[in-house]
Amino acid sequence: MTAACPACAPMDDGPAAAGGLQISLPTIHCAGCMATVENALSQVDGVISARVNLGLKRVRIETAPGVGAEPCLAAIRAAGFDALELNTGMLEGESDTTGRSLLIALGVSGFAMMNVMLLSVSVWSGATDATRDMFHLISAMIALPAVAYAGRPFYASALSALRVRRLNMDVPISLALVLAAGMSLYETFQGGRHAYFDAALSLTFFLLIGRYLDHRTRIAARSAARELAALEPSRADRITAGGIETVPLAQVAVGDILHIPAGMRVPVDGIVTRGITTLDRGLVTGESAPVAAGVGDDLVSGEVNLTGALEMRVTAVGEDTTLRRMAALVEVAETARNKYSGLADRAAAIYAPAVHLLALAALLGWWGYSGDFRLAMNIAIAVLIITCPCALGLAVPAVSTAASGRLFRQGILLKNATALERLAEVDMVVFDKTGTLTDGRAAGQPGLSDSELSVLKALALASHHPVARGLLAGLPPEVVPAPLVAVEEISGNGVQATWNGVPVALGRGAWLGAIGNPVLKIGAATFPLATGEQMRLGVAEAVRGLKAAGIETMLLTGDTAAAAQRIAARSGISAVQADMRPEDKVAVLDRLRNDGRRVLMVGDGLNDTPALASAFVSMAPASAMDVARVVSDMVLLNPDVAVLPDAILLARRARKRIVENFAMSAVYNVVAVPLALLGFCTPLMAAIAMSASSISVLLNALRVRA
Amino acid sequence: MNILLILVPVSLALGAMWLAWFIWALKHDQFEDLEGDANRILFDEDDKPRPDPKG
Repeated sequence: MTAACPACAPMDDGPAAAGGLQISLPTIHCAGCMATVENALSQVDGVISARVNLGLKRVRIETAPGVGAEPCLAAIRAAGFDALELNTGMLEGESDTTGRSLLIALGVSGFAMMNVMLLSVSVWSGATDATRDMFHLISAMIALPAVAYAGRPFYASALSALRVRRLNMDVPISLALVLAAGMSLYETFQGGRHAYFDAALSLTFFLLIGRYLDHRTRIAARSAARELAALEPSRADRITAGGIETVPLAQVAVGDILHIPAGMRVPVDGIVTRGITTLDRGLVTGESAPVAAGVGDDLVSGEVNLTGALEMRVTAVGEDTTLRRMAALVEVAETARNKYSGLADRAAAIYAPAVHLLALAALLGWWGYSGDFRLAMNIAIAVLIITCPCALGLAVPAVSTAASGRLFRQGILLKNATALERLAEVDMVVFDKTGTLTDGRAAGQPGLSDSELSVLKALALASHHPVARGLLAGLPPEVVPAPLVAVEEISGNGVQATWNGVPVALGRGAWLGAIGNPVLKIGAATFPLATGEQMRLGVAEAVRGLKAAGIETMLLTGDTAAAAQRIAARSGISAVQADMRPEDKVAVLDRLRNDGRRVLMVGDGLNDTPALASAFVSMAPASAMDVARVVSDMVLLNPDVAVLPDAILLARRARKRIVENFAMSAVYNVVAVPLALLGFCTPLMAAIAMSASSISVLLNALRVRA
Repeated sequence: MNILLILVPVSLALGAMWLAWFIWALKHDQFEDLEGDANRILFDEDDKPRPDPKG
């Protein structure tokens, strides 16, 4: 990804917006880092307060009006930490109101549960007559408003399911809550022996825990994804009659002339109107070799302008850009994937009708047998409460919270609720090449001496050609560039210069009369140089690990067969398909799906996006284009790919825990349901069964962390 | 049994106090950064209290 962006000077948008600045600090990890950053910022003029959030790896800064991000960024960098300004507009609306109202509901039901339980224990341990009735009445006064308030998430979800004539897990939950509270109130006024207020409340409490965990996993992924998006450049340099002005991207219109300095990503589609350059189209097409471009050539958003400054006329903005149009292709592909239903949904589809039928059977059976409707109703409610999917509601979120927390620490962000379950079923991994397995650096130069390396570095520094840049990035940083004089760039051929009186050159082999490309020439001696892309960290390790886990690998790339074979050989991937257009990649994935394979697609470019959307499960590196990240189920924040096999193994382990949890809650039901059906169930038994099953499910989920 | 007339309201009041505190803490973002707060006790110098966004 190109970070160099000379146009990213702080915009002068007057007083800082409410909430101040937010800066991402990807490398902080301890108390020392927090204190250093906060102290460094407190010494910047105009900073009112700075508060580091270690969980989000961010600092929020309140500044005096007119103070921009630059001095703060400089202060943090001087203190030795990476700092990236976040687009506060993109982060807006981040405050998590749903999560907060879930927590308040959790607090209310917890308070009510504890108080009612206190009273219920007295009843169970022998309070009778007036005392019992009074305790039931107090319980009712606490429980009814609490159940009405705290149960709202379930009622809302149950109603919306019923409206489209479906049953979800929340229908039996809501029914149990409402019936238990209503029946218990009736029993209280009749002076009855059993009231289920405590059961209704602990049901709400445990289920809300599951609901909150589920919500938090999702919100964490969403806010991290939003943070990635906020890192994208959002400004462009517009050329007007009065000179160059920096404007937010949203204000760029069709027909505007934009200035694109070297090193910047092209923000919108357009046509070159002035300048000659080379473009890195890797993210758009997957080609690793740069492409020349001049006046009249098309520019597609997402390409990177490598060598010369350009002026472009905008032909499409916003929804009309190539980037967004790719979304149409993506949508088609995605419908195939949305058919996957998570384990929880599948369990609910079996469970909800079964519970209702069982309760109805108990009601009708006992009514017919005894003729006593009140007794029959009591037994039916006991059945509903006992079978209520307390543990089922916790089974999936508890495990996925534990597992996604662990994956996040390894640098993998889960964006999709069922991504973890799908990851567990993967039996094949398909990689894109450019940007996914490789990065822009060239390989090192093993055959050269120190002085030759220093000449190479000096020559490479003198050239803007992308091959030279790649060579430069591949050289060890400790190499000192040699002193050169009379440096001259020969367009299309290379660079030549004089070093200590010896003519030296770097360029095309044909130009220098040698075999190989590129070639370094010192005096009369020529040295062919190794090029080719450098592999990302841990690729070979990842492929080895995947093989050991019984998972096949494949390389799909838009680049040439030669480039693909080279990377495949070095990474250990056996199956290779090169020269693939985006449609071809989707076709390959479709064929694999029809063969019954479950494919994990890893890719970063615009050309991978349809494939990412159509794969069984998909992952994009953090450096990927934002469309690719949006359609992916997971984002790899870690530059090291070696965590991939571990992640799949962890997902498999998590899936096993989920199935165990289902089995465990089923066992509780198998024991308790016959008792409830026979009419032996008491509120005490219901409370024990519910708490015990919920707690054992939670404890089992924690084993994923180990 | 008269003791119940005192103890039941007392237990309810204690619970309600806890609930009120919990809701206050939630609304004032006290649970925003649990990991960071755990680390703040290790600062060498005194840590300033968090500026309250709600004043």
